[in-house]
Amino acid sequence: MDWGSIIESLFRGLIGESFIVFALAAIGLNLHFGYTGLLNFGQAVFMAAGAYGLAMMVATIGPAANRNFGWDLSESTLFWAGIFVGVIVFPVIFAFVMGIPTLRLRADYLAIVTIAVAEIFRIVVRSPQPGIKKWTNSSDGLTGFSGTFYDMSPFGTQDRYLFNLFTGNQMFLVIVGWVVLAFAAAVCWLLIRSPWGRVLKAIREDEDAARSLGKNAYSYKMQALILGGIFGAVGGMIRAIGFSVAQPDNFITDVTFFVWVALILGGAGKVLAPIVGASLLYGLLNFSDTFLREGVSADVIPDSIMTGTQVGQVRFMLMGLGLALLAAFRPQGIFGNKEEMALDDR
Amino acid sequence: MAQDGGETLGGTMRAKDDAGEDIFVEGVEFTVFDEDGNVVGTATTDAEGVWLIDLPGSGVYSVELNTDTLQGFELRNPDNNPLTGVEVQPTTNKNTLFPLGERVIEESNSIRAVQLFVDGIKLGMIIAMCAIGLSLIYGTTGLTNFAHGEMVTFGAMIGFLFHVTWQFDFLGSWMTSLVFAAVVAIIVTGLAGGLFNEFVWKRLRNRGASLISALVVSIGLSIFFRYVFLYQFGGRAGFYRDYRIGENVEFFGIFTMLRKDIFIVVFGAIVLVAVATALRKTRVGKAMRAVADNRDLAESSGIDVEQVIRWVWIIGSALAGLGGVLFGLTENVNWEMGFRLLLLMFAGVTLGGLGTAYGALFGSLIAGVFIQMSTLLPFISSDMKNVGALLALIIILLVRPQGLLGRAERIG
Repeated sequence: MDWGSIIESLFRGLIGESFIVFALAAIGLNLHFGYTGLLNFGQAVFMAAGAYGLAMMVATIGPAANRNFGWDLSESTLFWAGIFVGVIVFPVIFAFVMGIPTLRLRADYLAIVTIAVAEIFRIVVRSPQPGIKKWTNSSDGLTGFSGTFYDMSPFGTQDRYLFNLFTGNQMFLVIVGWVVLAFAAAVCWLLIRSPWGRVLKAIREDEDAARSLGKNAYSYKMQALILGGIFGAVGGMIRAIGFSVAQPDNFITDVTFFVWVALILGGAGKVLAPIVGASLLYGLLNFSDTFLREGVSADVIPDSIMTGTQVGQVRFMLMGLGLALLAAFRPQGIFGNKEEMALDDR
Repeated sequence: MAQDGGETLGGTMRAKDDAGEDIFVEGVEFTVFDEDGNVVGTATTDAEGVWLIDLPGSGVYSVELNTDTLQGFELRNPDNNPLTGVEVQPTTNKNTLFPLGERVIEESNSIRAVQLFVDGIKLGMIIAMCAIGLSLIYGTTGLTNFAHGEMVTFGAMIGFLFHVTWQFDFLGSWMTSLVFAAVVAIIVTGLAGGLFNEFVWKRLRNRGASLISALVVSIGLSIFFRYVFLYQFGGRAGFYRDYRIGENVEFFGIFTMLRKDIFIVVFGAIVLVAVATALRKTRVGKAMRAVADNRDLAESSGIDVEQVIRWVWIIGSALAGLGGVLFGLTENVNWEMGFRLLLLMFAGVTLGGLGTAYGALFGSLIAGVFIQMSTLLPFISSDMKNVGALLALIIILLVRPQGLLGRAERIG
């Protein structure tokens, strides 16, 4: 058993790229669920929107526009345009598709439709039909869009940083991610303290009461859905840049459930909860993952009980069981306030 | 023939299933002959679709694939079977390729429409069978049970265990063996559903847990069970591989059905009619509808609501288990089949009206036909057909959120 690598992987989980991605997505989900009471089970599609918005702009739409309209947009121009498309345009479109049919209905309709939209997007993106594959490259996904980002990195690509945890490129991504995360948390904190945030909470507590005071609940819910989706898209974009590929299977429905665990673990309805929740979740998952993997490869755990490929499955079992137990026994999470936030009916 | 040692011939059999996912085909038989036509060895593909035969030495061989073992797939180039003149160099592992085509046989468009309609009815019946439980559980307890799909997978795997793994032959006929496997699956999933209610959902209800936290619990359990299935069953696709169920029967020269499909439609129709009649005529059935309609009113008129909920769980889960066996017959048995079906169930249930039993039945049939017929449109390929049903779900919520059979009331 190599304890060094187990500890390293624990810390990479606590502060690394996955933590940043899921903390951002969970901040978005916190706006949806924690403050407005929207049951969004399609956060993965907002993350995919960020990833694909950027990747398609740089790798397929941009070059096609250059060819067809005789433009001469450089890759870095396309990169910044891609960030705009991924963070603003795509999430707004998805939020409208999800929100318009369901935000006037009971909460669980939104849950069903958000999952459906996420699944529709994934199936369409991974379709091998030539007309679609031209833009999304099917299940192999799009590559070659992260160059501009890493060119800005001041770190040497050959060196390792922060106690050997990260390579130069990873270090750059993680630092940018921390800054974005801090900014997102600050925005969320200010918004919730504003009158706008108080209306969201009022809708969560009693939608009819909010409406009788003249607040347009439908419009506020839609705004929350869009804004939370934008946070999710930023997370998805960082995920895609980290992997240097935008692939449909990186945004399956289970990704949404990871975000939910991170949020409920921290305690929905608290600004810092998503950050602490995601950090703990990935710390725990990475620790158990590497621990079991080391155990299997060092033959401490015999093959008859668990093989190398089964280790990856145990992570999902733990997550599922954790989500169920949390929701049943401590729905307010670590920080949450039982009176204010107990996964209540709304 | 040189004596070098270590030469092998092998390959991997891959195909796309009806949803366009890559799967490995298990149980395909290969025979290798040497230059003089003597049999060198035979092999069958394993769960990962891999087959391998040790050779006595380098040389030229030919490979024959037993097309009866193809599990309903077709070779893309039937002329290349047997594959002759395969040169194997010393101490190498030579791979051969037998590309597999679509499992669907192409026909002219109008006949194809009839065929797709029949396929759609079949799929709709399966969705309906699974969705009745989902809808009744929702109606009686208010729980949107995301773990219902895992009951479908569980049923399919129990059936698979008896029918394929243990090769349980009941009275010697293909039909009785299949019915036996289905009945076992029904009993086991029914029991599992009852226990599930007793040990998880009843306790949650008694603790006064909110519906939202119950919903999140069901999602967590859905993930947990799904990955337990993956852990136990592996990522492979299993087939109910009795060759007798794959024989074609033709109807009026318009459409053909495999024996197993006739089995699905007939068996499914019997069960669905029985359930619909039971809901209308029997005491328990009436009580279920009463509780689903208005729980408080039902309770105050002397119906034991907990008892009714128990029966809803048992019957709903048993139907889901049967649906799983039938779904496994049409496609294949794998660890996430139920989860894939769950979204179609939601589409069907919402289409018909959430919480109503007949609505679930009706909406699911429409969803099934819609899914299959949508492939007639030129821009929808078979891997995208489920998208149509999910889009229909969103559109229905826009124009008639209470569903086709639901009562028009404010549900916001």
